[in-house]
Amino acid sequence: MSTAEQAGPAAGGPSAPGPAPRDGRTAHRPLALRLLARPEVGVFLGALAVLVFFLAVAPSLRQGGSLATVLYQSSTIGIMALPVALLMIGGEFDLSSGVAVVTSALTASMLSYQLTVNVWTGVLLALVLSLAIGAFNGWMVVRTGLPSFLVTLGTFLILQGVNLAVTKLVTGNVATDDISDMDGFAQAKAVFASSVDIGGVQVKITVFYWIVFAALATWVLLRTKYGNWIFAVGGSKESARAVGVPVTFTKISLFMLVGLGAWFLGMHQLFSFNTVQSGEGVGQELIYIAAAVIGGCSLTGGQGSAIGPVFGAFMFGMVNQGIVFAGWNPDWFKAFLGVMLLGAVLINLWVRRTATRR
Amino acid sequence: MTTNGTGTHDTVRPDTPPAGDGPLVELRGAGKSYGNVRALHGVDLTVHAGRVTCVLGDNGAGKSTLIKIVSGLHQHTEGDFLVDGAPVRFGTPREALDRGIATVYQDLATVPLMPVWRNFFLGSELTRGPWPVRRLDIARMKDTCDRELRDMGIVLDDLEQPIGTLSGGQRQSVAIARAVHFGARVLILDEPTAALGVRQSGVVLKYIAAARERGLGVIFITHNPHHAYMVGDHFTVLRLGTVELSAARSAITLEALTNHMAGGAELASLKHELAQVRGVDVDELPDTGTLDGGGPGEGGAGSGKG
Repeated sequence: MSTAEQAGPAAGGPSAPGPAPRDGRTAHRPLALRLLARPEVGVFLGALAVLVFFLAVAPSLRQGGSLATVLYQSSTIGIMALPVALLMIGGEFDLSSGVAVVTSALTASMLSYQLTVNVWTGVLLALVLSLAIGAFNGWMVVRTGLPSFLVTLGTFLILQGVNLAVTKLVTGNVATDDISDMDGFAQAKAVFASSVDIGGVQVKITVFYWIVFAALATWVLLRTKYGNWIFAVGGSKESARAVGVPVTFTKISLFMLVGLGAWFLGMHQLFSFNTVQSGEGVGQELIYIAAAVIGGCSLTGGQGSAIGPVFGAFMFGMVNQGIVFAGWNPDWFKAFLGVMLLGAVLINLWVRRTATRR
Repeated sequence: MTTNGTGTHDTVRPDTPPAGDGPLVELRGAGKSYGNVRALHGVDLTVHAGRVTCVLGDNGAGKSTLIKIVSGLHQHTEGDFLVDGAPVRFGTPREALDRGIATVYQDLATVPLMPVWRNFFLGSELTRGPWPVRRLDIARMKDTCDRELRDMGIVLDDLEQPIGTLSGGQRQSVAIARAVHFGARVLILDEPTAALGVRQSGVVLKYIAAARERGLGVIFITHNPHHAYMVGDHFTVLRLGTVELSAARSAITLEALTNHMAGGAELASLKHELAQVRGVDVDELPDTGTLDGGGPGEGGAGSGKG
């Protein structure tokens, strides 16, 4: 080594002259390249492309009401995709998130109905149960060191079975009884499943919750200690522990956050439809995970954002409704989703490689 | 590699510390047994403020065990371990850290995908604001990180770049700067140059010298005598769990150190056997007789880094 100024060879390249070597550092890469390197920008462009495509092929989509439906569809995916994405950034999976939504709705519905109490009692008990399921998942993963894929696969199967069996046991049917005439129902419906009139278009309240939650998640992720810990436990658990990050707390609380999301969506479904089908929710967990992955969350953890999954969920909602509005056979929906998922991941990969090349 | 870039070793330092300044960390006849296996036995080691104590040794010589005792991962089973003159027995690395003993491990305890400044403060983040809206004080953290790195002579392109994109030497340097910032008085560096190229090793050696200039006591674990000799004030060579050599800088030459370190004694005894194998050049190997003195001039510095 000759001089002390240059710290290592990584700083090589044509960086020296630049416009006023700001404070001794070297020049930045162009803004456009740096933006493209962000996965959430890639998925934003993808979502835009899907939107434009369906607006072009399905004229009936160009109305406020249709777009509100698309947004509603997206929000029911997006609200769950957010905590699932945070968990993925924290390096873990939750395969039980889909059926956990139904578990929560069933609990609230059946407890309220069977005990003949105010629905809010059922809602709160369902919250406790959902958080407990999350805590159980997290605790099992942290204590045993088993892959969360296995642990939550177990929870997924357990919940799926319990949902069906207990519902049949209690109601003698695969669906719960209608609770729409019970105390507190109207109030709870206003909170979880009402609509807001915007210029003559009825927009479901979940759309607004979705936006608020996404903003909150972004703030937490980028501007708080806890957000820092999420990235750290997902990026390198051992390093995080070595520098004093509470790894166990972070992981378990992330699983509980998924539980919270499942409870919220479960309440929405309950108060929208008054009754719950106990066999539903299977397969939804993969949709949430796919939305998070399209949104740029890494399967291996440590990378991702909260805004990316918002666009990912929007793409799903858009395709789901777009196919209907375009008058195509809805059987094609899943195939379309699969192509979109692969396409988005490949484009993301390519863009990131191109943009981060020095 | 020609100089260590700082010029601090143009003059040979005396091994005695400044008057009235006892050792920060001292091992007296310390040892460690794992069941029947005696990994370390009768080791004496002192670390003074503003001094670099190098611990050298081949694989299995007991270097790792030594660090683990001092950093609080394991406890010694014989002898004494003193910090500031008082006997201690650490149960966890946290206790050692609280006494100002920080260890920079080979894996560095960094999260590759996170930006440099977030890594710097990970686990000790600065925040502002009351609880519900308590948030990271990003400006202050970036400023502090930038200043600390500059104080150590580390200049980076961008504090926002993921630490995984830095070179090995830079990462090592950031880890050292972090330990220094968070109040380390004694810095234990576990083979910081092991995986690095010549140039990057030089960068790290420069920061070791910088840490010493700031008054830290440094324990520099290495198996490269050239790196040790550039910054070391005192050299301890371990072999099979015991101290083979403990010498102040003034009492030993690089050649002698190299011979001790490179298994000189063993190689010398193997010389006769090796001489019968075609393709092995034994002329440069030292004879057993030359090991303890000043060394045979240009002869024995036979590691690949010349």
